[in-house]
Amino acid sequence: MTGLAFLIPIALLMGFAGLVAFLWAIRSGQYDDMDGAANRILIEDEEDETR
Amino acid sequence: MNAIAIPDRETPQEASRGTRFTVPGMRCAGCIAKIERELPKQDGIRAARVNFSAKRVAIEHDPAMDEDALSRALLKLGFEAQPIEDNPLGQETKERKALLRALGVAGFGMMNVMLLSVSVWSGAQGATRELFHWLSALIALPVIAYSGRPFFASAWMALKYRRTNMDVPISIGVILATALSLYETMTGGEHAYFESAIMLLFFLLAGRALDAEMRTRTRAGIGALLSRMGKSASVIGPNGSTPRVPAHALEPGMLVLVAAGEALAADGKIEKGSSSIDNSLLTGESAPQRVGSGSIVHAGTINLDAPLHVRLTRTADDTALAAIARLMDEAGQSRSHYVRIADRASRLYAPLVHGLAALAFLGWMIAGAGIYQSLVIAVAVLIITCPCAMGLAVPTAQVVASGALLKQGLLIKDGSALERLAEIDIAVFDKTGTLTRGEPRPDIRALDAEARSVALGLAQVSRHPLSRGLTDALRKEGVEPAAVDDIEEIGGTGLRGNWAGTAVSLERPDTGGSGMAARFAIGERVAILEFADTLRCDAAETLVSLSNQGISSSILSGDRSGPVEAVAQTLAIPSTAEAGPQEKLAALETLREAGRRPLMVGDGLNDGPALAAAHASIAPGTASDVSQQAADAVFIGERLMPVALALKVARHTMAVVRQNFTLAIGYNALAVPLALFGYVTPLIAAIAMSLSSLIVVGNSLRLAGSASE
Repeated sequence: MTGLAFLIPIALLMGFAGLVAFLWAIRSGQYDDMDGAANRILIEDEEDETR
Repeated sequence: MNAIAIPDRETPQEASRGTRFTVPGMRCAGCIAKIERELPKQDGIRAARVNFSAKRVAIEHDPAMDEDALSRALLKLGFEAQPIEDNPLGQETKERKALLRALGVAGFGMMNVMLLSVSVWSGAQGATRELFHWLSALIALPVIAYSGRPFFASAWMALKYRRTNMDVPISIGVILATALSLYETMTGGEHAYFESAIMLLFFLLAGRALDAEMRTRTRAGIGALLSRMGKSASVIGPNGSTPRVPAHALEPGMLVLVAAGEALAADGKIEKGSSSIDNSLLTGESAPQRVGSGSIVHAGTINLDAPLHVRLTRTADDTALAAIARLMDEAGQSRSHYVRIADRASRLYAPLVHGLAALAFLGWMIAGAGIYQSLVIAVAVLIITCPCAMGLAVPTAQVVASGALLKQGLLIKDGSALERLAEIDIAVFDKTGTLTRGEPRPDIRALDAEARSVALGLAQVSRHPLSRGLTDALRKEGVEPAAVDDIEEIGGTGLRGNWAGTAVSLERPDTGGSGMAARFAIGERVAILEFADTLRCDAAETLVSLSNQGISSSILSGDRSGPVEAVAQTLAIPSTAEAGPQEKLAALETLREAGRRPLMVGDGLNDGPALAAAHASIAPGTASDVSQQAADAVFIGERLMPVALALKVARHTMAVVRQNFTLAIGYNALAVPLALFGYVTPLIAAIAMSLSSLIVVGNSLRLAGSASE
């Protein structure tokens, strides 16, 4: 049962970290242009190939 | 900063300005790359960032560059762009973000409380159970207070006006469940319903967030289509200067200079100059109209050929345009009384649920169970019947359906529009720009390859509707323009130029025939090009598809009766011609009063009031701003089929919504007896709730393929 004293705070902390990350993502506009993000992956980088 | 030379990129903030443009022409990843890479290469532009969902570009540039220079830069890349005044969508995005935050908080709370609850359900006893209940309460109370606000606020508003909506039973259920759980926790009881309360909020918030997402997405799409018309005018001052004055600051009596290609910002009388104007926004007539000094011109019309001096007579809210806008406002009132299906369902459902809970309480009291136990059972009834799946039943189906329609080129404004589209039983079409393309197309069969290329060389420099129609038609045939020199555009007459030493011209024919025509000459060779406003390629097909759905169609046009008759005969449907905005509105209202549910499809400003008054309305993407604002849906492209498709999908969607309700209520019918007899534990409530939600979501997803033909 003493394990709980560690595990519960850890679980809460991790959940809280996830929540903070989500709120940060909303604030910094990560969800503003979902279709754009899906399309940007198709854009080739302009830098010349250095092979 | 020190006095060291600062590199270009790090110039202080105030030295660069941000301007945002809507660019409706962005369609693919290539367009994003082109804009973001090529724009900053031009002088004065520092950076460009595309928002693809909203079809917008934010440009950071030198303050010296104005909006015109920037739109020219975009046009050079092949994109038509309009600057955005301020942020008209700010409110919507704010609401959507608030919902997303609430959803995130509820998700966090649900996961952690569920973790603790699972331990309790698997047999935690005594002090451990009490500790877990207290921890749950500690997490749940702030989470419910935060995430529940959208529901509590809406329920409070409804109750204040002595109405009830979906949010009332939700709020009562959540608050009672929380209060009871808190009491249980404090008295060391066995069952706490914190996880049920939060889970309910989470699922419902997911539905709300989907609903908001759907609205912002299509609003942004429609906002991107809106064109700029007559927002300012060049006023001729006493000393000959011509400062730009915004439309709302114009006053009657001012003399304004209207350049060729400019839209009028107010009504007035022409004092000097002669030109032709494009009146299609107001009357729906696509043929340009000749005007000279003394003619009355209206705000919203576009001056085509030559500069005009106009003495303003009516400005701002007095213009014919504003009068139509007011008419629309009033016509739209009736639609705001429409009650959405979710609220209609809750009107029946809420009293039933609350009555049942009250009965359970009374029944157990009479049976001698004591206040505490009777209350626990009543609350269990409330929780188990709380319309969790019902909250998802409508938005999930509508979001999936509107996404499917979006792929077919139809933007639905909101869920209520889908519900009203499903109830349509008669369709009324405008002619110009709706059944027809709205642009005059020439008959070019008489021209040989050489003549075609010369014609394109001439026509492509002009903004006149006939020239544009000719240019489009020739480009579509793959014609390359010939090099025509010394082109001059003579207002009211046409174009003249010089091709390989031969005089060429594209002019108004001398004989004013009935239709639209142009006289095209290369040296001595002369050809008369007849222009006609052709039907959309699938107009007939669409009407057949509508009648297969049991919807009869008719034409209601502001155009002259000749052309309207002709179209009506081709399509074999009844027609009414020469109807002004008032008559159109009256016709729609007559239909409504006769108990019909009319659909209005139209594009012109003269259709605006009718669009607003109809039970549901659709406008093409080429329609005037006002019509697009008034319509419930906008379709893009050459085809008319999306209109028929929209009605089909809307009906299908409502069928799925009704199935969803049946599923949600059916599950409740099974669970309620358990709750009434006191067998429901928090575990059973949680399982039942998530299971029914999953079923409803799964059922809605079946709509994904519904819009494909």
